[in-house]
Amino acid sequence: MTESIFNNTLVVFLRNQDRIGRERFPLASVNWDLLIRQARRANLLSRVAYFLQESNQLVHVPQKPRIHLQSALTIGKANARSVKWEIKQIYSVLQKAELSFMLLKGAAYAHSGRTSAKGRVFSDVDIMLPAAKIEAAERVFVHNGWIPANFDVYDQQYYRKWMHEIPPLRHLKRQTNLDVHHTIIPPTSNLKPDVEKLWLNAEKIDGIYVLSLDDMILHSATHLFHEGEFESGLRDISDLSLMLQEFNQTDRDWKELSERAYELNLGIPLYYAVHYSVLILHTPIPQTFVKMLEHDNSSYLKTKIMDFLFMRALMPDHISCDDFFTGFARWILYIRSHCLRMPIYLLVPHLSRKAWMRLTGKAMH
Amino acid sequence: MSIQLRSLPREEIATYLAANGLKIQIGLFTLSLRSSIPAIVEHLHNLYGDFKLINDPDVFIDWYVKIDSPSVLRRFIRPQIQFSFDGYQPFEALPKDQACAMLEWGLNWCIANNSNQFLVIHSAVIEKNGIAIILPGTPGSGKSTLCAALVLRGWRLLSDEMALVNVEEGLLYPVSRPISLKNQSIDIIKDFSPDANFGMSTKDTAKGTVAHMQPPDSSVMNVNIPVFPAKVVFPSYIKGSATKLVPLDKGKAFMKVAENCFNYNVLGRVGFNVLTKMIDHCDSYCFEYQYLEEAIHTFEQLNND
Repeated sequence: MTESIFNNTLVVFLRNQDRIGRERFPLASVNWDLLIRQARRANLLSRVAYFLQESNQLVHVPQKPRIHLQSALTIGKANARSVKWEIKQIYSVLQKAELSFMLLKGAAYAHSGRTSAKGRVFSDVDIMLPAAKIEAAERVFVHNGWIPANFDVYDQQYYRKWMHEIPPLRHLKRQTNLDVHHTIIPPTSNLKPDVEKLWLNAEKIDGIYVLSLDDMILHSATHLFHEGEFESGLRDISDLSLMLQEFNQTDRDWKELSERAYELNLGIPLYYAVHYSVLILHTPIPQTFVKMLEHDNSSYLKTKIMDFLFMRALMPDHISCDDFFTGFARWILYIRSHCLRMPIYLLVPHLSRKAWMRLTGKAMH
Repeated sequence: MSIQLRSLPREEIATYLAANGLKIQIGLFTLSLRSSIPAIVEHLHNLYGDFKLINDPDVFIDWYVKIDSPSVLRRFIRPQIQFSFDGYQPFEALPKDQACAMLEWGLNWCIANNSNQFLVIHSAVIEKNGIAIILPGTPGSGKSTLCAALVLRGWRLLSDEMALVNVEEGLLYPVSRPISLKNQSIDIIKDFSPDANFGMSTKDTAKGTVAHMQPPDSSVMNVNIPVFPAKVVFPSYIKGSATKLVPLDKGKAFMKVAENCFNYNVLGRVGFNVLTKMIDHCDSYCFEYQYLEEAIHTFEQLNND
């Protein structure tokens, strides 16, 4: 392997997204074959195409790879269109019932025009309502064509009892998925951000709430570093990097971001987000701020261990970005996420059941 | 210089498949295929003989495909195979004897889901004397059977599964590959022509028994020649029906084709425009038939109109 897995083609491309086709990052230096393979696996092909289009360089890409990029760009546009439509449908039914709601994640980026919406392809719309309104909202959805995506009794109970959302819904006709949350991480988790505070700082755009930029960053960070799934890990780091750059452009003091994180008890996820954005994508963030977060939230040994794990798990899930320890790192982080999410006396029975279902072929996940 | 797959002995095909991959040109697409399954070697040897192999190591590969056991365990206990598109598995594993069918389905999936430079219509496409006919097909319409019969009578095969209409010029691009036939159709086509060369039949798949018929060498040779669509014919095989060709108005034809597209929604306005233009330039018909000979006669007449 000529390139280190941490400096793979896709990562190098993303680092240089502002200077594509310029002297320091000429198109001729790009290995298109590997870029497209890695980007496809990392769920970033549409974003890569978007950056090339934005810098007017897509037309200069050799024909064969360009076709794949244009195809992905088309998918990105279709995704943006359908999300917009889906948001409109959700708004129309909830508004009739006088229920206010907040968009989260991808749908929120799209609705608020964040840079992290650029070429972002996702399938689920995530919304949040106050816990007291969840039942009413669920009734509204079920009366308007959304039904539970699966009827497994255990899953239904598991979600309702231990999770921060009701079981996923799916629209009967459009086959679109909707996740309805009442907070941003499971109530059983050791982090307990005060959801009231999120609502207080939320912004209202066209009648729909979205988190403030700061809280959006914190939510994205919490989601990535506390859920054990890394298939789109690099995509999420790219989202974070883009939003951190947006924060940078507001000319506000970086300390405001960390103060908000501490206020919400989300200092550790913010540290990880900043640390890995800088380490992987070279996001321009003041060194002093990065050091301060590290000092407050990690130790030398912890940083070394977490870097060993996260740097592998956050690379594209592609054979060209794996080393001997990649599978091990992903597995350890998967276990870690469950430990963070719930106490051990809940975790053991849950994981055992999952393993049993998988072994007996009764479920895929 | 490229060579044809038929010039390689089975052992050499197997060696490429087991090592860095066998690079096969399928129309506009370059496939890199890896596998350690002997049935796949046989499938390629038997049905892909006319296809060009690529030996340029720097060629851009469109589809990195692997078809193999999902795990060491599954090599021995209830053996299974898994289709993988560069590490991504779009389907659940299947019993090992369905390897060849899975390969063909997987390739269809790759093309249909990642080729938005085309409007992709679920249909067979054939051509004769420059007249290309699109046969959109709901399951059971008999499009593959009809397509196989026409191809055995000298029509060029562009595809038995999908029409690729380029969104820029509206040209149809061929992806001539083995024709997939199901259940009774296999015997019907074997009886229809002794020239039909089939791969192994796979029983008990999700679609019943499946077998693949080798595409004509001339179709594979001319795979780089695109053609404008001239007619759209919606076939339905109806037992006891007389052969009947009824012109279809453009509005209805548009809606029926749109329903059979894989990516009409994804293309948005572009999809609407390309389909409008295509339907505008094509004559459309509904076609009912029972007997293949009569059906072919109708198509010959259609071609001479």
